Amino acid sequence: MGKIVKYKLNGVEREAEEGRLVIDAAKDAGVEIPHYCYHPALGNPGNCRMCIIEVAGAPKPQVSCRTGVREGMVVSSDSEAAKRAQASALELHLVNHPLDCPVCDQSGECGLQDYYMKIGQYQSEVREDKEHKDKRIVAGPHVMLDQERCILCTRCTRFVDDVTKTHELGIFGMGHAEKIALAPGMTLDNAYSGNVVDICPVGALTDRDFRYKVRVWYLDKTDSICPGCARGCNISVHTNTARPWHNDGKRVARLKPRVNRDVNGYWMCDEGRYGFGSLDADRLGKVLRLQPARTELSWEAVAAEVAGVLKNAGDGLAVVASGMLSNEDWAAYQALFVDTLKVKRHYFASEPDQVGVEDELLRKKDKVPNLKGAQALGLESGSFDELAKNLESGTVKTLYVVERDLTKVYGDRARVLMAKAGTTILQGPNKYSLGDCFTYRLPATAYVEEDGHFTNFEGKIQAYQKALAPIGDSRPDWAIFGLLQKALSGAKTSGAVA
Amino acid sequence: MTKILTKYFDAEPKLHELETYRKLGGYEALKRALGMERSAVLEEVKKSNLRGLGGAGFPTGLKWSTVPPEDKVPGPRYVVVNADESEPGCFKDRILLTRAPHQLIEGLLIASYVIGSKDSFIFIRGEYQNQHDILGKAIAEAEQAGLIGNNILGSGFNCRILLMRGAGAYISGLDTALLETMEGKKAWPRQPPPFPTVSGLMGRPTVVNNVETLSMLPFIVNEGGAAFAKIGVPRSGGTIVFSISGHVEKPGLYEFPMGVKLRDALAACGGVKGGRKLKGVIPGGTSMPPLMEKDLDLALDFDSVRAAGTFLGAGGMIVLDETADAVEVAHNIERFLTHESCGQCTPCREGSNWSERILERLLEGKGQPQDVVNLARVGENITGKVICALGDTIGMVLKGYIDRYPDDFKKRVTPHG
Repeated sequence: MGKIVKYKLNGVEREAEEGRLVIDAAKDAGVEIPHYCYHPALGNPGNCRMCIIEVAGAPKPQVSCRTGVREGMVVSSDSEAAKRAQASALELHLVNHPLDCPVCDQSGECGLQDYYMKIGQYQSEVREDKEHKDKRIVAGPHVMLDQERCILCTRCTRFVDDVTKTHELGIFGMGHAEKIALAPGMTLDNAYSGNVVDICPVGALTDRDFRYKVRVWYLDKTDSICPGCARGCNISVHTNTARPWHNDGKRVARLKPRVNRDVNGYWMCDEGRYGFGSLDADRLGKVLRLQPARTELSWEAVAAEVAGVLKNAGDGLAVVASGMLSNEDWAAYQALFVDTLKVKRHYFASEPDQVGVEDELLRKKDKVPNLKGAQALGLESGSFDELAKNLESGTVKTLYVVERDLTKVYGDRARVLMAKAGTTILQGPNKYSLGDCFTYRLPATAYVEEDGHFTNFEGKIQAYQKALAPIGDSRPDWAIFGLLQKALSGAKTSGAVA
Repeated sequence: MTKILTKYFDAEPKLHELETYRKLGGYEALKRALGMERSAVLEEVKKSNLRGLGGAGFPTGLKWSTVPPEDKVPGPRYVVVNADESEPGCFKDRILLTRAPHQLIEGLLIASYVIGSKDSFIFIRGEYQNQHDILGKAIAEAEQAGLIGNNILGSGFNCRILLMRGAGAYISGLDTALLETMEGKKAWPRQPPPFPTVSGLMGRPTVVNNVETLSMLPFIVNEGGAAFAKIGVPRSGGTIVFSISGHVEKPGLYEFPMGVKLRDALAACGGVKGGRKLKGVIPGGTSMPPLMEKDLDLALDFDSVRAAGTFLGAGGMIVLDETADAVEVAHNIERFLTHESCGQCTPCREGSNWSERILERLLEGKGQPQDVVNLARVGENITGKVICALGDTIGMVLKGYIDRYPDDFKKRVTPHG
């Protein structure tokens, strides 16, 4: 921290670190100065000229994104002259903007709309035709580019140049004919491409999977943690329940990163961002006994039955789980399977099916959010090869699977291995490919339907919040474990629990 | 009248050759400078009141003194010649390069000695193919003669000169855009601070000077700063080379002492063509408001012209007589600025194009009174709020012509157009 100096902002004496950009210092003081090109993680090229302020003694207006706070400085961002300068910069941004807001996904969260309402509100004097450019460029697997809407703030090109260093986007042409475009022969397919949609202050870069799905003002936003890997990126879950017939009937519309400088900065990866399909597809909602015949049960009834199974399983019980479980889930898991049932065989390691690419930016090798939570409780996982052997040999007769798709672990062999076990229980939010082969199926909530905590790879414990009501009869994993625990303590089927 | 740069232009057709240039005392100043302390040469330049003749009029000695000394910032530092002459109306560098390339090379070597540049650059406008070749030949001749390279004239001073060509963008004539271009990037001006003398080419301290400015140095070293200062006006020494074109009897290159009266400059080129009435004089290249008939007794030096509401610029004087139409002139200039706007910052990128299109409508006879108001307003919203000087000029030109020739604009407006 540098020297703290006193300066005056809009007539109010304030303090800030010497040299701190006025735009940042103002934000700290709760004063938002309009801006497009400046982004704290992408620098201050000063090309949008929106953040114009008056500095006493300066010969001409200054841009607050390139002006540092000095002792005794007198700054106004809301004087008549400053406001006029900001409004005129906005007017010039809009000269060639197509104003196709009615069909633009950015509508409702657009920098042009927001600032027009805040500092614009003038009558347009533009009598000229708009400049026409390409409106429908498939930039990559996730992103659409509309050059007409673009205001050339260069945030996206700076992102691919400075953050991902993949350089797919560039500024081509000169003057008013200038446009953002893909570099020849390239597609915007880096692992973080979706972030350009977030940083685009207008509707030039939009999500392909969100395109025309739902209006942003119908969305509810809930703080959450991305479950896509051990990083635990802070995210916001955007859900649409206000207009259930929009967004193809799906509740979760999109995931957006939340700023956390200690964890993910401003970004999230595409795997995490677009990997939310399972929240609205293939979900379990009914408590079922599937063998020998499909029967719907109450939670109390199934708890009693399953508790009996577990109790009688003895050493023949193996539990498969995954790092998808929250800290709360792991605690209940430990109480049930370790403390009460003394199970020796736990399989929740991320290998082989829950590992993936790790990179230097955000992505971690373990593609589940909370292995650390299990480790913190001293839980240890056996290998899935060992489990396979135990199933083959008949050592494991009862298999309890929590939130994991055995087909992904074993491939086609999963069905055969499952058949070797006598009784099988699936607990989780999704059915997966072998969901119909289990003896019991217990529906659990997905992370967006519960409150909880994940512990990330660095040991940071982060909370996520309930964004949606549970589907059907599903309950959080910890609640299901608790129910079983309760049933076990009351279970009088075959003798007392040790 | 005193001439410095063009003194031998009429008498010596082979001035561009090293032999002729040396016969006339060429490279004596270099020899003299290399025998002096660097600080002593700098002192003479400061004393001379030489100001940047590329348009900005910044005192050259002062610019040089802002280069941090080697003991504070060790490592390379550069001198770059801005030979990217692109301002419409300016052709003085073109002729200086054609006729007197060695004058520039000598000046550049003197500057490089003072700054400590062991690699100096000449960035020449891409369209100046001929001048590029002449300069290339001159550099080769000077290298051959031991005037460029290692241990120049036995002084121990080493300096190479590298010739680089632009790719045709007007904006590259702006020092920081020129440096970006030289680094192989898009010619987008930088936003000082830091200024190039602190962080320029490749982030190194860099002095960027115009062809004409550097060509003055041999005289300053030979005759002394005081002698140079005496030629001009108190705050601006020496001479200035005007490229005079437009409605005059004898367009061409004219060298006058700083502070020459506009009236005298016009008289020297034979006055307004056909004896017609003077409408205005663009003093330094198209990107500025014109001077008017009332300004005929104005002294043409940086400060006086500035006080008259326009700029001396790079001496690209264009004379307009009564047959010129202010809307056509403004449209022509705005069309150029629109074409050459680099597109980096929004007000210039969008505003240049918008104002050009409004002017176009006026020319088509479809103008409304509100259009003229908008033109002035758009201009005002650009000037002073953009990254570089190109944007600033858009508004200055619009306001300049609307204020000075309101009748021409009124004529183009129909209330229901």
